[in-house]
Amino acid sequence: MVVQQKLNLILLTGRTIDQGVGKESGKGTKLYFESTTICYMDEVDMKAIGLRNNDHILVTSPEGSVVLRAVKHPRGAMPGMIYIPYGPWANSICSTDTTSIGMPSFKGTPVEVKPAPNQPILTLQELLRKEFGR
Amino acid sequence: MSKINSVTCPVCGCLCDDIELTIADGIVAQVKNGCAMCEAKFFSHSNEHRLKTPLIRKDGKLVPTTYTVAVRKSAEILAKANYPILYGWSSTDSEAQRVGVELAEEVGGVLDNTAVVCHGPSILSVQEVGIPTCTLGQIRHRADLLIYWGCNPWSAHPRHLERYTAFTDGRFENSEWMSYLNKVKAAAGRKKIKSLERKGILKHRREREIPTVSDNKPTEILDKKGRKLIVVDVRKSMTAEIADYFLQVKPGKDYELIQGIRALVRDQELDVEEVAGVPVEYLQQLVDAMISCDFGVIFFGMGLTQSPSKFRNIDVAISLIRDLNMRTKFAIMPMRGHFNVTGANTVFTWQSGYPYAVDFSLGYPRYNPGETTVVDVLLRQESDAGLVIASDPVSNFPRKAVEHLVKNPLIVIDPHMNATSLVGDIIIPSSIVGVEKEGTAYRMDHVPLPLKKVVDPPKGVLSDEEILNRILKEVRKIKSNRLEAA
Amino acid sequence: MDLLIKNGFVYDPINGINGERMDIAIRNNKIVESVIEKNSKIIDATGLTVFPGGVDIHTHIAGSEVNTGRLVRPEDHEKDFVRKTSVTRSGVGYSIPSTFTTGYRYSLMGYTTVMNPSMAALEAKHTHEELNDIPMLDKATYPLLGDWWLVLETIQKGDLEECARYVAWMLEITKGYAIKIVNPGGLESWGFGRNVHSIDDQIPNFGITPRDIMCGLAKVNKMLNLPHTIHLHTNNLGVPGNYETTLDTMKCLESIPSNGKPVVHITHLQFSSFAGEDWGSFRSGAAEIAGYINNHDHVSCDMGQIIFTDTTTMTADGPFEYTLYQLSGHKWVNSDVETETSGGIIPFHYKRKNPVNAIQWSIGLELALLIKNPWKVFMTTDHPNAGPFTAYPKILAWLASKKARMATFKRLHKKAQKKSILPSIDRELSLYDIAIVTRAGQAKALNLKEKGHLGVGADADVAIFDLNPEKVDIANKFRTFRRAFTNTAYTIKGGKILAKDGEILQQAEGKTIWLDMQTKKEIEISEEIKKKFREYWTVEYENYPVSEHYIKNSSPIKIKADV
Repeated sequence: MVVQQKLNLILLTGRTIDQGVGKESGKGTKLYFESTTICYMDEVDMKAIGLRNNDHILVTSPEGSVVLRAVKHPRGAMPGMIYIPYGPWANSICSTDTTSIGMPSFKGTPVEVKPAPNQPILTLQELLRKEFGR
Repeated sequence: MSKINSVTCPVCGCLCDDIELTIADGIVAQVKNGCAMCEAKFFSHSNEHRLKTPLIRKDGKLVPTTYTVAVRKSAEILAKANYPILYGWSSTDSEAQRVGVELAEEVGGVLDNTAVVCHGPSILSVQEVGIPTCTLGQIRHRADLLIYWGCNPWSAHPRHLERYTAFTDGRFENSEWMSYLNKVKAAAGRKKIKSLERKGILKHRREREIPTVSDNKPTEILDKKGRKLIVVDVRKSMTAEIADYFLQVKPGKDYELIQGIRALVRDQELDVEEVAGVPVEYLQQLVDAMISCDFGVIFFGMGLTQSPSKFRNIDVAISLIRDLNMRTKFAIMPMRGHFNVTGANTVFTWQSGYPYAVDFSLGYPRYNPGETTVVDVLLRQESDAGLVIASDPVSNFPRKAVEHLVKNPLIVIDPHMNATSLVGDIIIPSSIVGVEKEGTAYRMDHVPLPLKKVVDPPKGVLSDEEILNRILKEVRKIKSNRLEAA
Repeated sequence: MDLLIKNGFVYDPINGINGERMDIAIRNNKIVESVIEKNSKIIDATGLTVFPGGVDIHTHIAGSEVNTGRLVRPEDHEKDFVRKTSVTRSGVGYSIPSTFTTGYRYSLMGYTTVMNPSMAALEAKHTHEELNDIPMLDKATYPLLGDWWLVLETIQKGDLEECARYVAWMLEITKGYAIKIVNPGGLESWGFGRNVHSIDDQIPNFGITPRDIMCGLAKVNKMLNLPHTIHLHTNNLGVPGNYETTLDTMKCLESIPSNGKPVVHITHLQFSSFAGEDWGSFRSGAAEIAGYINNHDHVSCDMGQIIFTDTTTMTADGPFEYTLYQLSGHKWVNSDVETETSGGIIPFHYKRKNPVNAIQWSIGLELALLIKNPWKVFMTTDHPNAGPFTAYPKILAWLASKKARMATFKRLHKKAQKKSILPSIDRELSLYDIAIVTRAGQAKALNLKEKGHLGVGADADVAIFDLNPEKVDIANKFRTFRRAFTNTAYTIKGGKILAKDGEILQQAEGKTIWLDMQTKKEIEISEEIKKKFREYWTVEYENYPVSEHYIKNSSPIKIKADV
């Protein structure tokens, strides 16, 4: 199998139980950080760009890019999609288009995914500093 | 050590009110009956991420201050602002929300709650076509067909199934818990066999393929007696795993799929082989199950409201329920996220006529989602100040919207340190509603429930309601002084 | 300071006062014999009409149903908004105004007490939270008990004493005022999408009939000595030919001992007085109904008068709203509540040129005019079902002036005109009658002893209208009359002047009136009931009652029950 450089996929964001517990425990907790900087991918898609579980990836959309940890989706196939739990990391690449009804496009943003073996995942503070200067 | 029963859990729209707490030395020591999120919430009142003193930004750094100063500065910001936004409200009680509407009216701001980024589109659709719905108990007693569409209660509303739907005993329908357990056992058995195969103890049979949609025939479920549980989603979620039948829809194709189902409910023929990746033959079987049930219900979540088509997805979903009610009894219900987002919609509506995105800048309530919704106000860079309460938009809004929020003076009222309080200008700690303050919250089906105060807040920490009342009073003082000066 | 209303034409039917020139003295929040003039604030009411504060026996102003109505109708609000002032809150809404606006609008028309007639017990806290946000008015609310499982079960068992104890408990914990029954048996049937079609239909799964429920609860009402009667929305409401069901209903309650007093209040009777087999042959059954009520004393009723406008229908009668949905295809809300009731909402535009709507308009007026005794029939629109309460002055003009109603009649659909007997009715209500159908009669039916009159000891709730009965013949100058009753010259509640000449002067909080039930045997909440609670509802027993926390200004009335 030829390993590709990058893949064009559809971004879905949403809830996971870990992210839910994390947000209730506190946004500064390790659990919250670990559960919101994760990116679930289809097994086949991961293989296509030579990823193994917990490899870092760079996800880029027209809104920006973010480094996350790729993890194989545990149940069933979801080819062509990636799933990132809600949080500041996911939101830095979500489409802002509200289609004039107030709701940004949290699901369905087209993104590009490529391996980023040497790039670190930013902490919450680092992310806020990078994006908003605070 | 004391025990408190029948505590309402202030986490998600389920508002489970059967939580039993053990309090020792003024802190929650044990949580019974709750889910993992519930436990985390009740334990969070004593963790290290708690805010205990007001903070104010000086030279780019947050430094401690007093409530008096924080309240006065907040009032000055709001009274001076031309077009402030007052956002959040979904994780506080309706008592605080009432004061919030009054404050927004007083300062002529835009009042919005977190529905704007979760079920705002659902509200728009309800305003278009109405909604045939019911309380959760009605489903528990009567529903024999349960469909979760674009939602994942196993993760987001963990006790929804056990308290209100498939795994609960009602007057006319019974729990499916046992059949679920049997299924789990069978699955565990299969796993064991596989492991034995791997070890070479058992002879290897056929390699199990990843099931695709077309493998997933609905026939079996239709023959099943008792409650049937169906999940429709783009990926196999935790809930899909336990369902009797999982229907995988292609991303962004929910609208198409529902319209296909509507056509079949209306006895029309579809001249295609498949709709949204699902063979028409399967759909026909699904529709037969829908029509022949005694009481069916669809729960839907962000899978419909946040994917392309947004409120149009809900439009057709509700229209499907309208159609189905011509044939049998059917209901539909949004899976509301925050424990009192329904309350925010409810309180805003009775005081101002509108459930969210209320603009008071002309002196009366005005509502035009897309214009008066807070994300749009931020993206158009129109607001000149912000008050955020009981939510964390910096975590939940797209980056560009947050950029403008941060550019202007930002007041944050919250019990915990979160992304928004890290970037705010005035941070006012509040007690945790439902843990340290009593109040009222509205469940996802609009049933109001009392929230209890089970422990004291950290010394000196005020409630949301009290903080807002103080700010309101201060704003009125500033405005009347200004009038006198003029 | 004391208040003295001097020299007005006073109409106080409960005390038999019919337009006499009198002074009304007020100290604190009560009417008193006299006050010292020089120490009092004087309102010169010379040439003005003085009424007790208005009482509305049936108006949907608060609670989950009303609020969902608000939520689904932004188009109703956009055309009608009110700015904030230095004393009042802003608001919106034509047919379903937001809470503050509701209070102000009632107050401007001289109303001081209103009854919210429909509350699902499970959602009672919501109703009370909203009532707290409706200023200017004293309020009470009726829990929906006709299809409550514990009522159905105890009636099935034939144990009315147990039923009575459950009802007493429910009235107390929901902070309610009367037993509301809506389409008895129909709402439970609607749980599985069915309905009942006569008072003797079997209710699925319970083996009893609507007749059993109505008779049972009427008896329970007596056993509990409740101030009001059972408050009934009949079976088959809104269905052509239903006047026969209504007659059956009234007949089945004849056997309840009444001592010449009502045992049932049939609400929005217009919707239950339809004759004809279908919408094509639709006609009025008002004459038959009125004939019956004229010959029997166990029934009181209110009109539910149609107004030709765009309004919002809302009722616990889920199956009826479903029928309206099938007729109109409009946006439809259905909302069933576990073990208790159902509910529905449909926006509706009543049109003069629609023959059915036009006949409905006629039916309401026929009822009010053909029922001879004004103490038996009260003026309502079942707000907002048949029209918003702000249309009351229009209805008063129709009642008081044949000229006024014929002016509207002439513009009705021709077919409706032909079918209507309205032109043959010459009766015109006097100001004294008007005072009965808008306050005195309603207060009496509710047994609110301090409301609806101006005798010593009454609450100081007064409405003063800019109308000189010596100079204006209201039957002839109906427009002058209508204008005077649209905005009071003064609205006084609890001794405070709240409104003057169409302007709100100050915002005042009203009381919430509820029944503090004193049963002979303490209502025992055994472990068994608590267990049942968990089986029946999805909330815990402890979290069900409306605690006093939910009532800003509590005004309980102690009731000694016979059980």
